[in-house]
Amino acid sequence: MDAINALVALTNYVIIPATSYGAQLALGALGVTLVYAILRFSNFAHGDTMAFGTAITILMTWIIQQAGLSLGPLPTALLALPIGIVLTAGFALLTDRIVYRHYRKIRASPVVMVMVSVGVMFVMNALTRIVISVFSVPILGAREAVSGVDEIQFADGARFLISARDFRDWTGLAEPLALRATSVITVVTTVIVVVALFWFLNRTRAGKSMRAFSDNEDLALLSGINPARVVAITWIIAAALATIAGTLYGLDKSFKAFNYFQLLLPIFAAAIVGGIGNPVGAVVGGFIIAFSEVGITYAWKKVMGYILPAWEPSGLVQLLSTDYKFAVSFTILIIVLIFRPTGLFKGKTI
Amino acid sequence: MKKLLLATATVALSAGATYADDVKLGILLGYTGPLESLAPGMTAGAEMAIKEISDSGKFMDGSTVTAVRADSTCIDAGAATSAGERLITVDGVKGIMGAMCSGATTAVLQNVAMANGMVMISPSATSPALSQMEDDGLFFRTAPSDARQGAVMADIVMDHDIKSVALTYTNNDYGKGLADSFQRSFEEKGGEVTIVAAHEDGKGDYSAEVAALASAGGDALVVAGYVDQGGSGILRGALDTGAFYTFVLPDGMVASALEENFGDELDGSFGQIPAAEGEGKDKFLAIAEENGFDGSQVYASEAYDAAALMLLAMQAAGSTDPSVYKDKIMQIANGPGEKILPGELGHALDLIAAGDAIDYDGGSAVDFVGGGESAGTFREIEITDGKIETVQYR
Repeated sequence: MDAINALVALTNYVIIPATSYGAQLALGALGVTLVYAILRFSNFAHGDTMAFGTAITILMTWIIQQAGLSLGPLPTALLALPIGIVLTAGFALLTDRIVYRHYRKIRASPVVMVMVSVGVMFVMNALTRIVISVFSVPILGAREAVSGVDEIQFADGARFLISARDFRDWTGLAEPLALRATSVITVVTTVIVVVALFWFLNRTRAGKSMRAFSDNEDLALLSGINPARVVAITWIIAAALATIAGTLYGLDKSFKAFNYFQLLLPIFAAAIVGGIGNPVGAVVGGFIIAFSEVGITYAWKKVMGYILPAWEPSGLVQLLSTDYKFAVSFTILIIVLIFRPTGLFKGKTI
Repeated sequence: MKKLLLATATVALSAGATYADDVKLGILLGYTGPLESLAPGMTAGAEMAIKEISDSGKFMDGSTVTAVRADSTCIDAGAATSAGERLITVDGVKGIMGAMCSGATTAVLQNVAMANGMVMISPSATSPALSQMEDDGLFFRTAPSDARQGAVMADIVMDHDIKSVALTYTNNDYGKGLADSFQRSFEEKGGEVTIVAAHEDGKGDYSAEVAALASAGGDALVVAGYVDQGGSGILRGALDTGAFYTFVLPDGMVASALEENFGDELDGSFGQIPAAEGEGKDKFLAIAEENGFDGSQVYASEAYDAAALMLLAMQAAGSTDPSVYKDKIMQIANGPGEKILPGELGHALDLIAAGDAIDYDGGSAVDFVGGGESAGTFREIEITDGKIETVQYR
């Protein structure tokens, strides 16, 4: 019984949260890694692209809700997601046309491109806040309208697959277990997206031309690959990944325009740990970072108490206080950069 | 300022009493500085009490009282000290209603009031540090110390028969101070705090924080945070994972947003907020309106009470000498005797003159504890059927 309790506690507080968080990081890291592979710079604006995409998706969700449509037990946001992706992709292409294309033309060094993306990041963050607050007025009415810094909950439909109280009533175990619908949706969506992306990169002509472009730009150009097309496809995919990741994160937690900026560090850590430029690495890296963050800041007291009752720890058995959650991604980032700069899956060297 | 003095003097004259003396009372508040917006309401409150007593003609054989204002600023201890010095040496005040911020109050108390044996009653200094400070029995305050809420919360938790709690606080002075004082009093009463963990506001994800709190365990979770910030994130995470079902919610968490966001999920949780509500407050609001200002401004009723207490103590001692009347303040504030509410100061003066005991309650239900600071009233709440219900006042 104690072993089951330990397993339940571990699942409830470590495995489930870390898995859904890891899936969100994996999607974010995939976007960063693709932009790095094709366009050859670290896109700092990716976090705020996620915020922008999510904001658009939320606005669409509200419109759909008011039209009376819903997906039953699934959140309406999933219905709004395709529209969010299209608009965000359009916005990303526009940004490329106005900003990045110029710097590509003058063959700016990667450091300059990174700084440019920092500028884009600030503009996007401001735009996100303006867009969500301004458009919420006609959609929700002046009274219900939100401000750009508000925390917004937009998850509807069923909240739990297994709720903590029900689980306890069913099993009679001391430890509760909750499985939220959004966690499951996050993981399932991530699996679908990752499979589709790998199929696209490995099986389609456009995907192959992207990989060729990434491996050797000059050779790709010589063999007649249209660079403008590759760049455009990259932005569209990156924007789609960002919107999906952002929306899943928002559904699972809540949407706040500033929160996505904070996700940037773990996302980059995930991409670099896995090997930046390598899609498989991004996915694995996302889960490594998520499980380390949650596992290292988890207080193991209860689980230890169940497994080794004789030992009965008096302290919390917590390696790091939760205040230092972000220090975990930082530390992993530094260790990987020192000892294995190409990451676990032979990505590019930063 | 001049106008006001003139007005006060005119009022005093038009009262037409054959007055024996004119007693000056210093009003030392931060008219400039970061809390300057609070000063006008507090001044109005204090001057209303002074006028009421002065106009009654029953104070110290018909003496009048005049208010003298001075600027304590809020952050400049030097300016506060010299303002206090000026009140005592130049204006010759018999007592100081002030100062405003805890820092300025400490400076004036230590540098001026104690050196000159002057009584100070602050309506708004809430730092717990002032409770421990040596003051020769000269310092009082009509606002409760920040440490008080922690003690009250510990009492409430104990009354619910909960002996072990996990504690999380928002990582700032408010959260830390409240968490510290709660932990101290709860452990003194024999309770156990299994974990004390800070949380940052404005994060998207609190699952790691909730996981740590859950592992430490406890019968309830104390959330010393803000309802529109991380506090709600913690509540949401703890409810979703089934980590805790009972929550203890101090003032930062008790708001209507709680009902909107959580509804009956929080049933059985409880908490408290500082609330000077009741008959005294209502009366104060009414007479403030008659006098043309908004009595609900922060610390306005506390300022009224501070000025009234000082003058009633003088009446009881039969002397305006601070070293004599300072000993009467506790007695006036705590009774026993007839309860005195705002607007009844004339009646109180009569009672004292006749040798009857009074228990001054005023607009903020004054009741001094420790070395002369307001116990404050707290409204204990409980969440029933998704609504915040008042259980009792403490």
